[in-house]
Amino acid sequence: MEDLLNIFVKSIFIDNMIFAYFLGMCSYLAVSKTVKTSVGLGIAVIFVLVITVPVDYLIENYLLKKGALIWISEDFANVDLSFLTFIMFIAVIASMVQLVEMVIEKFIPVLYTSLGIFLPLIAVNCAILGGSLFMVEREYQNIGEATIFGLGSGVGWLLAIVGIAAIREKIRYSNVPAPLRGLGITFIIAGLMGIAFMSFMGIKI
Amino acid sequence: MNDREPLFSSKNMKLLTNPLNIDNPITVQVLGVCSALAITVKLEPSVVMAISVVVVLAVSNVVISALRKMIPPRIRIIVQLTVIATMVILVDQVLKAFAYDVSKQLSVFVGLIITNCIIMGRLEAFAMGNRPWPAFLDGIGNSAGYGLILVIVGLLRELLGSGEIWGYPILEKLGVYNIGYENNGLMILPPMALIIIGVIIWVQRSRTKELIEES
Repeated sequence: MEDLLNIFVKSIFIDNMIFAYFLGMCSYLAVSKTVKTSVGLGIAVIFVLVITVPVDYLIENYLLKKGALIWISEDFANVDLSFLTFIMFIAVIASMVQLVEMVIEKFIPVLYTSLGIFLPLIAVNCAILGGSLFMVEREYQNIGEATIFGLGSGVGWLLAIVGIAAIREKIRYSNVPAPLRGLGITFIIAGLMGIAFMSFMGIKI
Repeated sequence: MNDREPLFSSKNMKLLTNPLNIDNPITVQVLGVCSALAITVKLEPSVVMAISVVVVLAVSNVVISALRKMIPPRIRIIVQLTVIATMVILVDQVLKAFAYDVSKQLSVFVGLIITNCIIMGRLEAFAMGNRPWPAFLDGIGNSAGYGLILVIVGLLRELLGSGEIWGYPILEKLGVYNIGYENNGLMILPPMALIIIGVIIWVQRSRTKELIEES
């Protein structure tokens, strides 16, 4: 139980997807205009991460890893399919995103129109693929830990995007130099937030 | 579009030149920012990355545009990703065969072209609705615009962060260290890439007034 809590807190603050690894930057910068849309996108990202990370965990451990096929027959003990990791993960992610897109379109059409092109782009949101690849790299013990890691990364991403959206809503009332307004100042704010978040790096719980 | 329209009509040339400035993928459309942050610490990987993206984007744009009437809209993302992944594997293999050192340096990032949203974004926004030739020009133009920003950021970060250009210690040769100049270690850190791109946007929008946002 403590391990799970540890992984959860660590993946939100210390290994934050955006500020520690700069994954998922495109939608982070483009959709963070208002808090409302960014909460919607953040929840979609959490949803996709919580589903894809455990599914990719199963695929990695029971299909791709060296010796993973042993549950079929002893003869497969030396089969190593890990070169297929990229394409398998991307296939899982793409189909999950398509599913989420259909669900949102059906039940929350307002959110669907405001997310626009960035909903299909969740499939190529590096945070999602990155989440699965980090899951492989860090060798989590069981599917529970992998799920918690996916959830934590998603929550960390939500936190970061809501944070910058709130700053952007406030900064609208500030006197920013005209050419820097909008996108330019957002890049600089994100850079400053990144420098601030670097203070979490290296902390061990 | 008329069949007899010349290949390089002014409309088609716009597809090629607009992304370099007023429709730049990074500074205006906000696509493909992730890799721009990760690999621009030095100039050389930036250039190799830019060339790889030009190849992948141009070819997958043409393929998707040629297939656009056959792809069922419901599964378009999977089809697009398969085309992109195939192209990326090809580029990866070519790099391994002909530029092994650079490929080793870039290994992870070549794989990450799959998740570079500039490719997906252009397929979704342009190739799905246009004929192959304009799609090809659009691909070349957009990836060149992307490469331009990559090279600028890579040049600045390498020059200011480690005092070199393409691995050549130019500042040391000029002797600026003798008069008390120090490399700026902050430039190597990822947050500075964000801030440099922010400054590039500032410069670009000061020159091109119509890009200035209202709010």
